[in-house]
Amino acid sequence: MSNVQALDQSPRETARTTADILPLVAEGLVFEAGGRRLVDGVDLELQPGARTIVLGPNGAGKSLLLRLLHGLLRPSAGRITWNGRPADATTLRRQAMVFQKPVMLRRSVAANIDYALKVRGVPRTGRIPRVREMLRTADLDRLAPSPARVLSGGEQQRLSLARALVTQPEVLFLDEPTASLDPASTLAIERLIDDAAAAGTRIVMVTHDLGQARRLADEVVFIHRGRIAERTAAFRFFQSPMSQPAADFLAGHLVL
Amino acid sequence: MQDFAEAFALAFHLIVTADADLVEIVLLSLRVSLTAVFIAGVVGLPLGAVLAVARFPGRGGVIVVVNALMGLPPVVVGLLVYLALSNAGPLGVLQLLYTPSAMIIAQAILVTPIVAALTRQVIDDLNREYDEQLRSLGVTWVDAVSTLLWDARGSLATALLAGFGRAVAEVGAVIIVGGNINHVTRVMTTAIALETSKGNLALALALGLILLLLALGVNAAVLSLRSDRMEAARV
Repeated sequence: MSNVQALDQSPRETARTTADILPLVAEGLVFEAGGRRLVDGVDLELQPGARTIVLGPNGAGKSLLLRLLHGLLRPSAGRITWNGRPADATTLRRQAMVFQKPVMLRRSVAANIDYALKVRGVPRTGRIPRVREMLRTADLDRLAPSPARVLSGGEQQRLSLARALVTQPEVLFLDEPTASLDPASTLAIERLIDDAAAAGTRIVMVTHDLGQARRLADEVVFIHRGRIAERTAAFRFFQSPMSQPAADFLAGHLVL
Repeated sequence: MQDFAEAFALAFHLIVTADADLVEIVLLSLRVSLTAVFIAGVVGLPLGAVLAVARFPGRGGVIVVVNALMGLPPVVVGLLVYLALSNAGPLGVLQLLYTPSAMIIAQAILVTPIVAALTRQVIDDLNREYDEQLRSLGVTWVDAVSTLLWDARGSLATALLAGFGRAVAEVGAVIIVGGNINHVTRVMTTAIALETSKGNLALALALGLILLLLALGVNAAVLSLRSDRMEAARV
């Protein structure tokens, strides 16, 4: 078994400059704040490939789970490993996250994208073509010299997604990136996510929007009260969810 | 009233004809206060940013002290610098007392806490917004501080201007360590104090007018920087 895996991995390792960081394994993940268990014993393994959509009612712990996996929060208990190793600066450089509310650096659109590469130590000559290409991909080239803070909400979110993607992350976390966007902006974001997934980026995305979940999900992780209620392939989840909270959620009932 | 009208006329005459003594005093004032603000910026900006970003035991105490030092009375600073620089003091060998350097030191001590405290407030606010994003991008601690300082440059410019306003208008510290020596350490505020007591109201008024114009200019600059920022932020 171990022989097979080793053979499997070697061609990919030569293709990439550093070793892959997946699979991501979380074991017994707990997060407590103010005496309450907000994430309560999550076990999750993410292999390369599928697009995972995290669904669940408000306050279920979806965003917290994403932040724990990404390393922005320290778990109260449990552990996270990337390809068998604990998270460190190297594994962080291979992931990116897009937040619900885009954080725009007080610089131009192009400089915002450039910044992500600069802090990773990419030399200037290497950055220029990558920034230009990313601006084109995200349809932001017309706005390149504008201050990022004067963009519309949809443009800002496209920029923060572009800033995340330009680092060519192996894993991309997204926390309700289209929560307050109009349909056109949402479509542009979803296309970028689709393209990134097709190019091999592992997508893990929290959303409230069931339509969006249907459009993007390969599999659904349903979170309820800090636990994973179920993890099911998307086509099966939307037809016949296995857990009662997910069934209620899909039926449009108020799930507490 | 006759005297006042005459004094005003004379003051305008001094300004319009760029009287040599007047120009010398104004230039020394600007040199001393600008250098002091530069030093305060070099020390206060990083200090304020580190206080905003770093978490260490005793941080709260340090912030309280820095905030309290904003209200440092100039005469007390002047007295302490005088004691340090006088012949009997620890820095007496430098022979700096009654030189512009002594005045720069005193004003820098006065202004640094202002710059540091305002910087900490500004960077603290910005860091609340940036923190998760910067950590997600894998930004190192040192890079985060320099990013925050750069991105807050508009607000930090107003902090430096506030420091300059304080330095150029204070009289207590510079008169003690500078001594108001003609052609050597005479600046606008000390000259006003002296010339008024001597009854030379024209020069005092001319200097006072220039000081007022400077204060107006500084505040106008602060205001325009702020409105620019509002424009760019659109929040």
